[in-house]
Formats: sequence, C-alpha cells, structure tokens
Amino acid sequence: MSIEAAVLTGEPETVGAGRARKRSAGSDVPYRILIGAFAALIGAVLVLYFYSIIDQSIPGWQVAGWHFFYGTNWNFFNRQYGALPLIFGTLITTTLALVLAVPVSIGAAMAIVFLIPRRARLAVSSIVELLAFVPSVIFGVWGYLTIQPWLDRTVQPWLVKVFHHNWPFNTNGSGFGLMLGSMVLAVMIIPTITAITRDVLIAVPAELIEGGLSLGATRGQVLRRIALPTSRTGIIGAITLGAARALGETIALFLLLGALDPNHPFPRGLNSGLATLSTEIVANFGQLSGTKPLGVICCLSLVLMVIVGLTNLAARLVVRRSLQRLQP
Amino acid sequence: MESTTENSTMENSPRQSAATVGIDPSIVSMVDAIPSNAPVVPVMRLKDVAVSFNGKVAVRDVTFDVGKNRVTSMIGPSGSGKTTLLRALNRLHDLTKSAVVTGSITLDDVDIYKGGIPTTLLRTRVGMVFQRPNPFPTMSIYDNVASGLRFNGIKKKAFLDDAIEHSLRAAALWDSVESRLKVAAATLSGGEQQRLCIARALAVEPEILLMDEPTSSLDPVSTQHIEDLLTSLKEIVTIVIVTHNMQQAARVSDDCAFLLMGEDRAGELIEFATTEKIFTNPTDKRTLDYIQGRFG
Ligand SMILES: Nc1ncnc2c1ncn2[C@@H]1O[C@H](COP(=O)(O)OP(=O)(O)OP(=O)(O)O)[C@@H](O)[C@H]1O
Ligand SMILES: [Mg+2]
Repeated sequence: MSIEAAVLTGEPETVGAGRARKRSAGSDVPYRILIGAFAALIGAVLVLYFYSIIDQSIPGWQVAGWHFFYGTNWNFFNRQYGALPLIFGTLITTTLALVLAVPVSIGAAMAIVFLIPRRARLAVSSIVELLAFVPSVIFGVWGYLTIQPWLDRTVQPWLVKVFHHNWPFNTNGSGFGLMLGSMVLAVMIIPTITAITRDVLIAVPAELIEGGLSLGATRGQVLRRIALPTSRTGIIGAITLGAARALGETIALFLLLGALDPNHPFPRGLNSGLATLSTEIVANFGQLSGTKPLGVICCLSLVLMVIVGLTNLAARLVVRRSLQRLQP
Repeated sequence: MESTTENSTMENSPRQSAATVGIDPSIVSMVDAIPSNAPVVPVMRLKDVAVSFNGKVAVRDVTFDVGKNRVTSMIGPSGSGKTTLLRALNRLHDLTKSAVVTGSITLDDVDIYKGGIPTTLLRTRVGMVFQRPNPFPTMSIYDNVASGLRFNGIKKKAFLDDAIEHSLRAAALWDSVESRLKVAAATLSGGEQQRLCIARALAVEPEILLMDEPTSSLDPVSTQHIEDLLTSLKEIVTIVIVTHNMQQAARVSDDCAFLLMGEDRAGELIEFATTEKIFTNPTDKRTLDYIQGRFG
C-alpha cells in the first residue's frame, strides 16, 4: 500500500523557467560575465583537445588510410591497421551490456519507488548508489577472479552442450570473451541507470498518479501508462549515461575480453575473445615509439570520441522525437 | 407550474431572513434558491466518518447524505479537513500508509471500506477533479479523455470516439478542441485544462464527481465557465465540491457542509443543511460567524 507514498511526497516538477529568466533579466552584469567566462573556458578546452588529438592523429591516418574503417586485419605490432573489428567490439559489448542492464535497471528502479516498503527503500537506494561509485577496475578484478572461472567451468560447457556447438555457443572458450565482458559491463552500468531512473520516477508528480488512480487505474497501469511515459526523457538520459560508461570502459574489459583471434577478427560467438577501441588504446599506448604508431592510437581515440558523441546525439534525437509526437 | 411560484417566494425569503441574522446580502443573493421539489435521494451516506494520520485526528464526526443529482459543497477554514474528507470518499487515502479512515461511507448502501466494492471500480463510480489541473502530459487531448476508459479495458475506437466527444461536450470544451484532439493536452490554457480534466473524469461515467477547489488556480472567466458547467452537469452526475469561496458555494451548491477545527485542531462537521439554510438561517452560531466572515 505504501508504494506511491514516496511519490506522493515528491515535489511536482514546477520548473520556473519564466521566473528564472525574469531574474537574470535583472541585468546582473558581473555575474553574466563570470558565467560567460566559464563557458568560454570549457569551449576553449574542448577546441584545444580536439585540435591536438586531430593533429596528432594525422600521421596515423596517413599510414592507416580508409583501410582503418573497413579493414579487418588489426595487428598493431605488425602495423596492420584495419580497425573495424575494434569498432565492432566497442559497439557489441555496449549493446549486449545494455540489453542485459536496461530491463534490470528499470525494473529495479520501479521496485525501489513503487514496491519496496518505505523503510527498506533507503537502504536499497544507498546500496545502489554505492555500487554506482565502485571504480571499474574493481568490477574487472571481480569478473576476473569470480565470474570467469564460473563461466569457464560451469556455464559455458553446459551452454555449448545444450546448443550442440551451435551459434552463439559454438566454441569452447576460456571463460574470457564477449559473454564475460558484457555481463560485467552490465553489472557496472546497472547501478548508474537504476539510480537515475529511480530519481526520475520519484519526481513524477503525485497529482498525475492520483489522477490516474481516480480514473480507476490499477497501480500497474499507473506505472506503465503514466509514470514511465512521463519519465521517458529522464530514463533515456539514464540509459545514455550507462551507454557512455560502457562505450568508454577500458580496464575491466581489458581484463575480461580475452584475445582477439586474428583468424576470426569478429567474435564467432559469445564465448569468443575480442578487443575494443579502448582496450586496444590501453594495450598499445607507448608500446611502439614514433609518430605513426602514436598517430594510430590517436585515430582510435578520435573514433571512440565520435561514437560516444553520436550516441549522445542519437539519444537527444530520440528524446526530441518522443516529445515532438505530441506538439501541434 | 408549481415550481415557479415556489421560486418567486423563495427568491425573497432568503434575503429577508438574512437581514434578520445579519449576513451580507450580497452572498445571500447568490444562493441558488431553487430547492428541487423532487425528494432528495441519498446516493452516498457518511456516518461518523473520521480520518486520522499517524493516530492524529484530522477530521471527525462527519455524518451527512450526499443527494443524487445535487451539488454538495464543503466549506470551512484552511486545515478543517475538507480535502482530507473528500479524499476519503474515493479511497485516495489508501496510498498513505499512516492514514486511517473510520466510520462508514456507503455508496448505494455498500460500505466502500468493507470490501464490498473493488477500489478500482469504486473510483470509476466516484471520480475526482483536483485543485490544480493535472492532464497527463505525455498524452494528447484525445488520449487524456480516453485514458479512464482505456484503463478499464475499452479499446474500440468507435466507442472511444463517441465517448470522448460526448464528455468533451459535457465539459463545454468540444467546440474549442474538436480540430486539435491529437495535440498535447499541455497546450491548453489552465481553464481549458481543468475542463479537460472534468471531461476525463466524466468519460468513465461516474455517479459522483468529487472536486477539490477546482477553480482555485483559475482566472475569473475560467472560474465562471466551470461554475456554469456545474449547474448543467448536475443532470448527469452528483457533485461534491470543496471550495474556499463562499460565494461559489452559495452560487453552485444545493447542500452545504460546514467544517471547522475544534479545540484540539481536529476538523469536525459543524453543520450540514441545504445551502439556503446555511447561508440564511444557520443553526449553529459558529456557522453564522464563519458566514459573516468572523474567522477563516
Ligand atoms: N497526508 C497527511 N499526513 C498527515 N497529516 C495530514 C495529511 N493530509 C492532511 N493532513 C492534516 O489534516 C488536516 C486537514 O488538512 P486538509 O488538507 O484536509 O485541510 P483543508 O480543509 O483541505 O484545508 P485547505 O482549505 O487549506 O485546503 C491538516 O491539519 C493537515 O495537516
Ligand atoms: Mg484542501
């Protein structure tokens, strides 16, 4: 019965945009200059950053060329720079992690807000928040020491048997690989997505929930048809943050993904090893001297940046699309 | 007809008796002095109703009948428990763990707190319009009005179309939104949004409509619109309205409940009577004081 109690106490979203504007229209000049200066500083750092990374990647593009984007032969030490398997690795690990993490996170957030008794809610929320702060290397070590042996000895042999060596469990792996990496990645981003989704759900105005209930809706209907749709912008934001963390995740995946098989640069199944843009950056950084190898590393960085940027853009488009559906 | 003669005599008598008890005649003149000749049929009966939060009584001793197709107003100073009482009538306090409702509230002789009627069904029979318009922001005008029916499993488009036009007409909103039903509800003005919420509540064809200060966030013109609406809605639905505005209570309601905080700051029902009686010849001294603006 107490489920919506917290929601009821949640402040309605009365974002006084008009009031804020009026206030700053009071022409507080020094204040404005200060804000402008900070904005300019952030802009300058960004421009400088992009300039230097693009500048340093030029020798890399010169040796790798367009091959970088479609070539599948990645071997940094043999100066083979077909980075498509790495781009694929980054995208597939993140996608699988999201597939695992998003339903779990949204379910957990809904449970925290609408199901768990009020007293337990704080405890559960705190644990989730704490988990969101755990450094990724700890997740990596945990996956390495705990999950990998379990996958290797129990889960994967069983799956291979059940699937009769068919896709996606065609190879007897080592425990390391796509499955382990995605699973641990999912565990890493679940707390982030859960915590933000919870905050967004708590902010759903009580008036809307009561409005729904007063029309004879069940609690489930209120959740699905009112609370979730009202929160969708925030939930998409939560997922985007999770995706950004997953796309850039380096050290945990470096420990967990196993090795890229040069004969099969794209993983043949969930048990196969692979590499991502970020794991290759950390694996090879500073290994070979010279502007050209360093340039290639910068190419990897640049592509990773672009992928993260595009993800962000895509999320914004999804949000705008979902808001636009209703505008006149 | 008989009612016309009734009418003319009643039009004068409130003012005269008001003068004798010293009530501002401007309020009295607003009393809708047309007592319906039809006998009052109670549709909801409250008996010794009390609501407490964490053991602390917020409102108590409430006993009155809500007459079918009448407008019942609840007046009283801030904190006297009007909202609390209103929310007890469709079990909205179920959401608040600390809330306890005692006494009996019956709808067509079924006690709504004794499991005789599922809560979701109760709420389709006893709808609610809130103080602040609360259209669902992710839904269009159409979907807002359809939402109650959809919650109750109705999917047929022809049926929905019909019900939506009907409800919007009843809420006097159809003409201004007919051409933009698919537009976000948030694009409407505050007054229109409140009428949309009324339409949304009407769409599930409730027997009783609870309204908690439905015009308090609206401008005078929108308020006028909604007050006009109430009089016509009476034909199809029984209305219980909380209002801070005594003129409004006098204008729109047939019966009136006056609540006041007792010594211990718990609200209680002081007097329940026809609006005419409350505003012209109240039984309780405290009612008279309140009507005369001595407190609240
Ligand atoms: N959820 C709640 N928990 C605890 N106390 C509550 C709760 N809701 C209402 N109360 C208490 O009940 C009393 C009556 O409040 P209520 O809102 O019903 O008054 P009201 O007559 O509607 O006042 P107003 O005219 O200002 O709207 C108040 O003392 C209030 O503090
Ligand atoms: Mg109130």
